[in-house]
Amino acid sequence: MKSITLKINGKEHSAEVSPRTLLVHLIRENFSMTGTHIGCDTSSCGACTILINGRSAKSCTILAVQADGKEIITVEGLATAEGLHPIQEGFHLNHALHCGFCTAGVMLRAVELLEKNPNPTEEEIRWGISGNLCRCTGYNNIVKAIQWASAKMQGKELPSTEPVFV
Amino acid sequence: MIAEDFKYDAPVSLADAFALLHQYGDDAKILAGGHSLIPMMKLRFASPTHLIDINNIPGLSYIKEEDGFLKIGAMTKEVDLEESEIIKNKYQIFTDASKLIADPQVRNFGTIGGNIAHGDAANDHPAVMMALGAEVEIAGQDGSRTVSINDFFHGFYTTAIQHGEILTEIRIPAASGRFGTAYHKAERKVGDYATAGVAAVVRLDDNDVCTKAGIGLTNVNMVPMRAERSEEALVGSMLGEADIAKAAQYASEDCNPSTDLRGDIDYKRHLVSVITKRMLNRAIQRAI
Repeated sequence: MKSITLKINGKEHSAEVSPRTLLVHLIRENFSMTGTHIGCDTSSCGACTILINGRSAKSCTILAVQADGKEIITVEGLATAEGLHPIQEGFHLNHALHCGFCTAGVMLRAVELLEKNPNPTEEEIRWGISGNLCRCTGYNNIVKAIQWASAKMQGKELPSTEPVFV
Repeated sequence: MIAEDFKYDAPVSLADAFALLHQYGDDAKILAGGHSLIPMMKLRFASPTHLIDINNIPGLSYIKEEDGFLKIGAMTKEVDLEESEIIKNKYQIFTDASKLIADPQVRNFGTIGGNIAHGDAANDHPAVMMALGAEVEIAGQDGSRTVSINDFFHGFYTTAIQHGEILTEIRIPAASGRFGTAYHKAERKVGDYATAGVAAVVRLDDNDVCTKAGIGLTNVNMVPMRAERSEEALVGSMLGEADIAKAAQYASEDCNPSTDLRGDIDYKRHLVSVITKRMLNRAIQRAI
């Protein structure tokens, strides 16, 4: 067993873990934060995406011991006392989810994407979320949600949230 | 899925890592980005008894031009290659390749050294390295040695790295003059291994004559391979349509693909031919 200490959503946590414990299991089972999902468990689907020191990561493919001393953000850490994160607001207003299983992972990935590239093109958004699979939405509303969040975070005029039928 | 149990150490110096490798013997494995190794451990295709995590060792992540080489630290992450200005301006082959390796989250952790040291012919960097004529630095307790990429891949997941050694640096002859590079792979979806991939490198003189050519192939041979007959056909030529067609034909003839879910042998040979032509043309455009 190894002792680790890490920050999750700003709060310090410690645990005794076996080296083979995956980070996603630590977060879900030791700390009972179940917003981070396990989808494929093979680093394909992105449902377990979190931020480690600001970098989006698939927490099913990272050992809990590797997160020792790191700062982690999960979906539980996106909203603040003032309200939802612009990404969450964008997903809400643009109906960017159906079943919601992939949503936490896509949103955290989008947070890093907009951090690095505040005003991405549609292609850059689609390429940027290529590590996240969504089986419901067909991605169009997810792209709209990220575009909406991009506008909001830059203080630009907000795009329409009316549904587009194609 | 949970891996078989193992012991974990995260040394903070290469010397400590070498000592641990010697202490634990053959069943110890190096953990770099971990995005090939951890999935294999979860599936229990690999069950090392010890993992030696080298992420906390400083000084293994850099991209710099020095002494006539582009030097890349083995722990440089794919995302750093993707975002590097030197790479974007002068070594676009890495931009091409990095963009096609797995997905953004995996590229945040996957390292160039791991991609090569894993010894998988399906990985993308090996073919890129062969086309570029790279050499790698392998360090051990008794010092370090330089190995040409041509002598690096020995077989299925086996490389020139001996037990107790760690790949520390990749060196590529620096870009100079009219030098162009390109890489592409056909993949079924984002994150898939290549159905077939081709890396192309050309150097031209002032009279448009090709003075150097490198062609590396991904996932169409047991080990990463150089298409040597193609390279020979290009050097000394003006890289006309007929020369490129000949190089593409030789590459498709000399590779040894196997039939799998990604396609049959004829299809893969066809892909090698088509992608070789396209990548040579792209490399030539970039060389001008």
